[in-house]
Amino acid sequence: MSETKNILLVGVGGQGIILASKVLSKGLVDAGFDVKMSEVHGMAQRGGSVTTQVRYGEKVYSPIIGKGQADILVAFEKMEAMRWIEYLKPNGKLVINNYSIPSVPVLTGQVKYPENIIEELKEKVDTTVIDAANAARELGNIRTQNIIMLGALVKALNITEVNWEEAIKETVKEKYIDINLKAFKRGMELV
Amino acid sequence: MKRLLTGNEAVARGAYEAGVTVASAYPGTPSTEILENIAKYKEIYSEWAPNEKVALEVAIGASIAGARSIAAMKHVGVNVAADPLFTFAYTGVNGGCILITADDPGMHSSQNEQDNRYYAKSAKLVMLEPSDSQEAKDFVKLGYEISEKFDVPILLRLTTRICHSKTLVELEERHEVGIKEYNKNIAKYVATPANGRVLHVKLEEKLKKLEEYSNNTPINKVEFNDKSIGIITSGVAYQYAKEVFGDNASYLKLGMTFPLPKQKIREFAKQVDKLYVIEELEPYLETEIKAMGIDIIGKELIPNIGELNPDIIREALLGEKKEIIEMNSEKIVSRPPTMCAGCPHRGLFYVLSKKKNVVITGDIGCYTLGSAPPLETMDTCICMGASVSAGHGFSKAFEVNGKEAKVFGVIGDSTFFHSGITGLIDIVYNKGNAATIILDNRITGMTGHQENPGTGYTLMGEVTEQIDLVKICEAIGVKHIEVINPLDLKETEKAIDKAINTDEPVVIITKWPCVLKKSPKEEIEEYGLDQRKICTVESDKCKQCKLCLKVGCPAISFEEGIGAIIDDTMCVGCDVCLQVCPFNAIVKVGE
Repeated sequence: MSETKNILLVGVGGQGIILASKVLSKGLVDAGFDVKMSEVHGMAQRGGSVTTQVRYGEKVYSPIIGKGQADILVAFEKMEAMRWIEYLKPNGKLVINNYSIPSVPVLTGQVKYPENIIEELKEKVDTTVIDAANAARELGNIRTQNIIMLGALVKALNITEVNWEEAIKETVKEKYIDINLKAFKRGMELV
Repeated sequence: MKRLLTGNEAVARGAYEAGVTVASAYPGTPSTEILENIAKYKEIYSEWAPNEKVALEVAIGASIAGARSIAAMKHVGVNVAADPLFTFAYTGVNGGCILITADDPGMHSSQNEQDNRYYAKSAKLVMLEPSDSQEAKDFVKLGYEISEKFDVPILLRLTTRICHSKTLVELEERHEVGIKEYNKNIAKYVATPANGRVLHVKLEEKLKKLEEYSNNTPINKVEFNDKSIGIITSGVAYQYAKEVFGDNASYLKLGMTFPLPKQKIREFAKQVDKLYVIEELEPYLETEIKAMGIDIIGKELIPNIGELNPDIIREALLGEKKEIIEMNSEKIVSRPPTMCAGCPHRGLFYVLSKKKNVVITGDIGCYTLGSAPPLETMDTCICMGASVSAGHGFSKAFEVNGKEAKVFGVIGDSTFFHSGITGLIDIVYNKGNAATIILDNRITGMTGHQENPGTGYTLMGEVTEQIDLVKICEAIGVKHIEVINPLDLKETEKAIDKAINTDEPVVIITKWPCVLKKSPKEEIEEYGLDQRKICTVESDKCKQCKLCLKVGCPAISFEEGIGAIIDDTMCVGCDVCLQVCPFNAIVKVGE
């Protein structure tokens, strides 16, 4: 077993990040890894930013990832990628959802939502852009963006030891299993 | 079977496995999920108490009755419960009893970052500090053994990172311990001064024995590796230290941090060359170890502010910094939490924000967000209940000093039951004129929808008596009570203006369910929630005055040249923006 891997998922409350992290962690635990997952969602239900950090390997100590240490950053929202990019290893991978959710200071016109986020990030780091919102709409449920992003993550990090189908089946509600299995596959294809 | 559990879930599981039968708590982040998970076990009676003092007293009563009991709260909740806590340390237990304190280093959702390890020292309580979920479960079970063996209550300290991180836990079966026999024992359980003097002597004797226990317990664990560096640590800081130093240092990992294992600490200190203490927040261990005459390095390198992490340790002790990807951080816009689209508090705060010469004393809950732009309708926020009593102090100071301004204390329904009620009694009794606004959103909103005495349901899901806020206020002696719909701006403004012009205690109850609440059928009918139609902007009528942006609704955005836009996936049709628009540009969809 190699060293501990660090995965950072970031976005905005309501995007289903916690659920995606649960599937991820469940899969990794069943594959026999030591796993630690940390959620930061203080007041996220009220529009704040949400992050979950998943670390896995033979033996994991800290439940949190430090700056410059994530192997992969999966951003469910564009601006959140910028906010958390310093946690990514300089040679790490960024998977970014081409999707923006303006925060209240933007909505009230106090500040502008940043432009050219993806272009700037591409200059600095290995970046894969995913249009998860459109892919989810094509699947018939906008709320499957999270599992599409999870599929993209798994492909980008090439985690092969895990039975993902089982992890999805055991984590999501029964009536959403099929669409989420499709979403996962779609996400893998998009990388 | 191993499962990934948060520290909170693990504590709940530990209580279940240890045969606990009574659990009480008041919700507070990061502790809330402990009772929510305990409530899933039918073997345990579990409840939401109106506040932390009551929760602890329930646990104390159950313990004296012979049951293993547990009370859970966040760090500031222990301040509320501190009165019974100090005396409970004297009387000791019958059935084992554990109080959980969930501290919040970094203030993810708290008003301060107090270090409750000092409560253990101050109240003379055994303190256990787990460093992951497995230990959280194990320490709960061990805690009951210690509690009953030494006849003491246990303080178990979690931190946000332990509460909300998932780590692997081995599940075991429940061990039924039943209820111990209760025998009336006035000398032990009646803390009059005469008894207390005896109990204090006994407690000091117990603490000596507990120190011996602390020296021998395997949860105070020495790990020898490279002896050039020795690290004494506890809680999640142990994991961070291991992350940074791995096998390049030796560790004394303390699971029991009061009483401290002084002999073990001395022996460890002797065997290593350089000694560090790595601890989160205050120099609790450091001060104690220095007082033993041992040279140790701690807070001169590691900050006592904010949440600790491996990066801080690495940089402070090794001078190493990881290479990071730099971005122009000025471009990144903040994403502060905000009142939800359709939040019933918005209408009230919008009306209050228009009033001149008023002071708003605030409280702890979603409505604290009324202090944020664009509403900025709050002058103070101290602790639960302080809106009402600090408001009274404000108005008395103004009265004495001849300043004319109306004071409004704003407080939630759950918080009013918690400790607002006593402040209101103070206002009426002492002839105050501060107005109290109870924001009754029919649930405890901030912590994620816990039932409270006003909702009609218990934690265990049973239907119960709904405590009537109007009748309570009447009974306290308030003559002017109004119940209003806070989404109706005219009605709200009328009530506020009336209060401004009244020199007697006034209570305004703004009653409307939280927009995120899964309302029962009766509530949906009562408030016509399913009849509501969402709003839209007729852009030809929009004069781009931006007045609607002043309500701070996350569903409303603005585009130059086009005007206001309402996000149809977020709008719930609360109508506040519609009432604010002077040009009738905001209309109902389909009308």
